[in-house]
Amino acid sequence: MPRRPIKFVLISAIVALALTACGGPSGSSGGGGGGGAQGTGPITFVAGKDTSGKYPAVIKKWNTAHPNEKVSLIELPTAADAQRSQFVTNLQAKSDRYDVLGIDVVWTAEFAKSKWLLELDKSQFPLDQMLKPAVDTGMFDGKLWAVPYDTNGGLLFYRKDLLDKAGKQAPKTFDELKADCSIAKQNGIDCYAGQFKKYEGLTVNFAEAVQAAGGEIMTDNGTKVALGAPAVKGLSFLADGFKQGYIAKPAITYQEEESRTAFMSGKLMFLRNWPYVYGLASQSDPANKVKGKFGVAPLPGFTGAGSSSLGGLNLAVSAFSKKQKTAVEFTKFATNQENAKEMVGLTGNAPAWTALYNDPDLVKKFPHLPILLQGLQSAKPRPITPYYQEVTTAVEDNAYAALQGQKTPDQAITDMTTKLNEIAQQGG
Amino acid sequence: MRQRGLLMIGVAFIAVYCLAPFYWMIVSSLKSNPLLDQALYPKHPTLLNFREVFSGENNFQYALRNSVIIAGLTTIVALLIGVFASYALARLQFRGKKLVLGAVLATAMFPLIALLTPLFQLFTDLHLIDTYPPMIVSDISFTLPLAIYVLTTFFSEMPWELEMAAKVDGATPGQAFRKVIIPLAAPGVFTSAIIVFIAAWNEFLIAYTMTSTLKAQPVTVAIAKFTGVSRFEQPFGTIMAAGVLVTIPLVLMVLFFQRRIVAGLTAGGVKG
Amino acid sequence: MATETVRRPARVRRGGPVRTSEGRRAEARLAFRLLIPAGIVLLVIIAYPVVRAIWLSLYNDNRFGTSHFIGLRNYTRAFTGTGSDDFWSAFSFTTLLTLVTMVFELVIGFGMALIMNKAFRGRGLIRASVLVPWAIPTAVSAQLWLWNFNPNGVINQVFHTSFIWTGSHWPSFWAIVIADVWKTAPFIALLVLAGLQIIPNEIYEAAKVDGATALQSFRRITLPLVKSAVIVAVLFRMLDVLRIFDLPFIMTNGANGTETLSTIAYKESIQQIHPSYGSTLSTITFFYIIVAAFVVNLIARADVVKSAGGGVK
Repeated sequence: MPRRPIKFVLISAIVALALTACGGPSGSSGGGGGGGAQGTGPITFVAGKDTSGKYPAVIKKWNTAHPNEKVSLIELPTAADAQRSQFVTNLQAKSDRYDVLGIDVVWTAEFAKSKWLLELDKSQFPLDQMLKPAVDTGMFDGKLWAVPYDTNGGLLFYRKDLLDKAGKQAPKTFDELKADCSIAKQNGIDCYAGQFKKYEGLTVNFAEAVQAAGGEIMTDNGTKVALGAPAVKGLSFLADGFKQGYIAKPAITYQEEESRTAFMSGKLMFLRNWPYVYGLASQSDPANKVKGKFGVAPLPGFTGAGSSSLGGLNLAVSAFSKKQKTAVEFTKFATNQENAKEMVGLTGNAPAWTALYNDPDLVKKFPHLPILLQGLQSAKPRPITPYYQEVTTAVEDNAYAALQGQKTPDQAITDMTTKLNEIAQQGG
Repeated sequence: MRQRGLLMIGVAFIAVYCLAPFYWMIVSSLKSNPLLDQALYPKHPTLLNFREVFSGENNFQYALRNSVIIAGLTTIVALLIGVFASYALARLQFRGKKLVLGAVLATAMFPLIALLTPLFQLFTDLHLIDTYPPMIVSDISFTLPLAIYVLTTFFSEMPWELEMAAKVDGATPGQAFRKVIIPLAAPGVFTSAIIVFIAAWNEFLIAYTMTSTLKAQPVTVAIAKFTGVSRFEQPFGTIMAAGVLVTIPLVLMVLFFQRRIVAGLTAGGVKG
Repeated sequence: MATETVRRPARVRRGGPVRTSEGRRAEARLAFRLLIPAGIVLLVIIAYPVVRAIWLSLYNDNRFGTSHFIGLRNYTRAFTGTGSDDFWSAFSFTTLLTLVTMVFELVIGFGMALIMNKAFRGRGLIRASVLVPWAIPTAVSAQLWLWNFNPNGVINQVFHTSFIWTGSHWPSFWAIVIADVWKTAPFIALLVLAGLQIIPNEIYEAAKVDGATALQSFRRITLPLVKSAVIVAVLFRMLDVLRIFDLPFIMTNGANGTETLSTIAYKESIQQIHPSYGSTLSTITFFYIIVAAFVVNLIARADVVKSAGGGVK
């Protein structure tokens, strides 16, 4: 009779599945204590994809020298969010497929606390020759978890041709920038734009505004909320920008590419963006309206130079890798000065190695490097906390509301502070 | 004739509705800098983006191969299973039929994201990551409810009398099946096949969770990996080129199979 | 004879030939065997994760520690507690989005099907173009529409408007509606067309002979006969729109009250790594969809019962 077979099949299926379902909502327990990176052999290097060729270049060199410990590249989607969810899915499952991880600077604390990373031996890496803010992004709880591969800081791109005509220099303070907006108006274009869509880039722009006023978002490994008056001052500058018109209204929808195309279409006078814009804005293409007409300057601040938020990529070793020794050696290799120099040559990205900023070959090719160095030395990382995802959501929500005029900057900062305190208190 | 005029207006509307954004896609894929260049036609058309799609960095041909295999196998298996199930649901009597149909529908209702993590764990434990089976099996389960529902609907609509009339006329069950049932069922099966194929073709979340290299990654993931020199760059032109390359063969293929089915229908003497 | 061969099977005799009780049992056995493959696939891939997700939702999230059983507290949090603002905002936005897109898709899709059902030169080409929006990979079309609705993009250019589409609530809403309807009206068109194609021309001709107008033909012949195809199309589209994720996520990232049930579930489950609360949201969505499907089914069947009485001769 059909009834019995149905029941039998259903029950046995459920039982079988229940057995494989082992484990529930538990915290993660991972391997990877401080000492003893063990295991050698072929490994995988997992990072977001790009077409510069920088990864293939370093991998090729390594593979030639280490034929028994070959590195194969696993490329992830370009969107940071997609990369993170790939890492999270794999590491949560304690998979051993990923050995060396190319992780965004804001994920270190979270991944370290989740016990997904192998602790690295500080003495094995020349950290004192790298930019301190960059090194800090790889540290959590006093331990080293990831080594800087490259770093990144914000720059102010501006229409040099328009400023020259008016006999002006690049603005060093926000007041000077606001004054220059009259030139933009005369030329019928918008004044300033950054990235203000409700995403991670907004946190970056917000952090830079707060840092420009001498403050920061959180301190002490993400246990204390610092916001306060500088944050209100910084956020007011941005919110007023939309209200008074010195920030382009469409900028509320801008991510990096949207702001870059607005600038390169000649619709903007000042653009805050990452250095990658430099190469693209120098391209000869009939649609590029700013070739030869733009300049690069450090970010302006309230009373003097501003401070950029730190971006970049760090390399870490998976706690579940079965070939951790090879992975650590490759990490050392990929982040050494020689390979860093090659990376910069191919990409124009900012290296973590301080010495490279004065390297004559590199500076000739990328004149924006010394300007970048200025900004990077005073740069601050975004909050280093294992709860970074929650922190950035709280920041985005409130900052965006202020920019839209739905909250006053005061109210937004107050609400943000409350939420961040809640998050910080979760911390163990 | 007014009716003819109205019809032509309707046809024109359909064409514009469907093809205007596609036109923009094509135009963008032929521009060297489509994000900057907003002209309505490419002033200096270039095949740069199409070359980029197949370049050594992107190797799109492997992604295409993977997509075809995954979507193709999914369609074949889903339809096989679906046809059996739908035949039972549409033509056979048994207790709990409504319940079964409801349960089938219910499995199509759960948000995909919640299913990702347990499925990933399952396939990791089975060492099947970065191979075809996880995607094919998952795609089958997501498209199966839809296929069963569509097929059941069409099978229920089929006139019983024709099959019996054919048998009365002296046809063997096999002949009745081939000459009467199959042509009648064809539109429904064909429609289900397109729906399943396109659904599997478009699937992203499962594909990108379960794969890491071009060994098994379909076009949806490959496109998500298109990039420029910097991680911030959005290679809009290349993405549009890939979209064009993927859409046109798909449409051609569907058209081709549809012609065969329609031919089968009219050959069988049933008005279609 | 002509009328007999085109007679629809009377609903009353839906079951087909008369069966003996022995035949009935054999039939049920056959049915069971035919359903087993589908059952296994669906059980393993869907049922297991669903059960697990529901079970997870009864625990609390503790990222770096251990979690414990909290019963339905996650649900109260979503409905009335700290998560309720976000939940109800996503709930109402998703519902409104669903209603509006469904109406547009149905009207446009149905219209397209009617037109494609007529014979005219180039009909094959039109059928091909209808497939295009639907065949374009979602990843590509989401990017396409993101940039189309850029304030400096082609939509503003062509229509000489200057909306900041994704910068506030209602423009975002309409941007998402347009992008979604464009892509999915063809799905409805395809299903309805298949349903229309089963209707033999003789019925229409007989009606014309009887003096029916085009509108009457449509209401009393076309509509009832494509009803089932329309219901399937509507049902599945509704399931999809209630779970809409890509478009709001990519175009607005949920800003300005454009979060949907799926975007908040994703953000909790994957971004914030709160699998329990995320599963809660997914489960609530699941039951919401079940209720919605049930309601649609009721409405549909009510109509069916009505027309079974007065239907086609």
